Amino acid sequence: MSPEFSGKVRKEIDRIIARYPQKEAAILPLLHLTQQEFGFISPESEKLVAGILGIKPIQVREVVTFYTMLNREPIGKYHIQVCSNLSCSLLGAEKLTDYLKEKLSIEPGQTSEDKKFTLSLVECIGACEQAPCMMINFDYHGNLDKKKIDKILDGLE
Amino acid sequence: MAEKVLTQHFGLKNVYQIDEYIKQGGYEAVKKALKLKPEEILEEMKKANLRGRGGAGFPAGVKWGFVPKVDKPKYLCVNADEGEPGTFKDRYIMSHNPHMLLEGIIITSYCVGIHSAYIYIRGEYEAVALRLEEAISEAYDKGYLGKNILNSGFDLDVSVHRGAGAYICGEETALLESLEGKRGNPRLKPPFPASVGLFQCPTVINNVETLSNIPQIILNGADWFTGKGLPKDGGTRIFGVSGMVEKPGIYELPIGTNLKDIINKHAGGMKQGKKLKAVIPGGMSAPVLKADEIDIPMDFDSLVNAESMLGSAAIIVIDTGTSMLDVLKAVTKFYSHESCGLCTPCRIGTSWINKIVKRMAEGKGSKKDIDDIVRLASNILGKTLCPLGDAAAMPILSIAKKFRKELESRL
Repeated sequence: MSPEFSGKVRKEIDRIIARYPQKEAAILPLLHLTQQEFGFISPESEKLVAGILGIKPIQVREVVTFYTMLNREPIGKYHIQVCSNLSCSLLGAEKLTDYLKEKLSIEPGQTSEDKKFTLSLVECIGACEQAPCMMINFDYHGNLDKKKIDKILDGLE
Repeated sequence: MAEKVLTQHFGLKNVYQIDEYIKQGGYEAVKKALKLKPEEILEEMKKANLRGRGGAGFPAGVKWGFVPKVDKPKYLCVNADEGEPGTFKDRYIMSHNPHMLLEGIIITSYCVGIHSAYIYIRGEYEAVALRLEEAISEAYDKGYLGKNILNSGFDLDVSVHRGAGAYICGEETALLESLEGKRGNPRLKPPFPASVGLFQCPTVINNVETLSNIPQIILNGADWFTGKGLPKDGGTRIFGVSGMVEKPGIYELPIGTNLKDIINKHAGGMKQGKKLKAVIPGGMSAPVLKADEIDIPMDFDSLVNAESMLGSAAIIVIDTGTSMLDVLKAVTKFYSHESCGLCTPCRIGTSWINKIVKRMAEGKGSKKDIDDIVRLASNILGKTLCPLGDAAAMPILSIAKKFRKELESRL
């Protein structure tokens, strides 16, 4: 079944498009919405967005493949994104990644069998004062150690 | 402790809400500015010599002055992409005091004749984007945004535009491409954004911290501002300290504050039991300083003289227990991931260097590898459309030069 936005989301989309003098400028906001609604951006979703903006699906594909936050495959309910940049790696990000790999039995880039967790290594997320840090979906977690990771993950349903 | 400009309200609980902000004297600068002529504001801004806080350090007033007086819409793009590793200051400003930024946006727009502003914020900062949107909506409700602001006849719309994970979009022309709904590939300059920018129209692009300084400059004057920091380089900077220190965090201090003091006095010194080896003084793109080179004032010119740069004033502190090969690995991994792929030297060079460094880290390196890294990085430097190429080459070359012996010992 091809994806479709609800009436409420369509209204939100109209409001977003009205902010720009050119419709295409709304592409990133619309792709964020698409991901929020459907979990990831499928080729069908690309067509949907292209149709709304009056552009070719390939133009949407060009954008989707450029930005790391836009997922072209389904991901787990919780997307764990561990910062692997300098300030975090100075303070042990690599060991924590190993711990997460072991704990979740997945490698970075993979999703757990129960579809609960996806693990990713990301570049600096702008929370270096809390290094080592990670994001779970859009929530920031900093000053991590194994114990804190256990506690955070145990709290996720 | 020196007087704070940008972080003066950070201790107050609800200053992100407009009522509390107004109680603290908020929006007085906008009221004052709207009674001045745009030329008077521009004059004051040029006098204040507020240098860009994003990294390049270009004076804001001069930048605004480049916008041609043509009969076309003009735009303001606020650079809130904050992707430079080690940098997190703008997140603090936007979360703690979004209205200060909005005041800066209103005054800038009024001065330049802009009626439409976009805050381009990195996609990861979702919570911050929501806070900004709330602040914007409050400002509309109080009549500080929208049509006929405070009966001045001046109109301004502001909206938040979220990026989606790409360091390159912090580069101003890539940001414009991204905002227009394209891949974030930088543009060839000239033309500069001031004349041909967003939607082919004249555009001002300023960093969050830069704009947030403006309300206080308007209220207190350029002389007050230049009285802080250094005569040629006024005001304060929000130094973001991370890595092996006791108290990582943000510290707003006058420009020109000694790096040694920032680390030892303000950030609590080295983490217990650790010894200093090196400091990256201005975000990851800045060439590294050795432990004996940190007795230096943190201003644009002093760091250029030390063959480094102040950049985004993000200070990353590295201890003797950390291998510089591991630092090099993190640096080269980042740039090879973030190169947009448009320019061959950067696209091929960054990933090639990263492969060599990874091989070295696995203990399979040779002396020739270090020479190759230097050769490749030198061939990126100055040979790309945008500064990402230089940003990648500079730290790599500085580590290869200053820590060559250590790198060789790991072969």
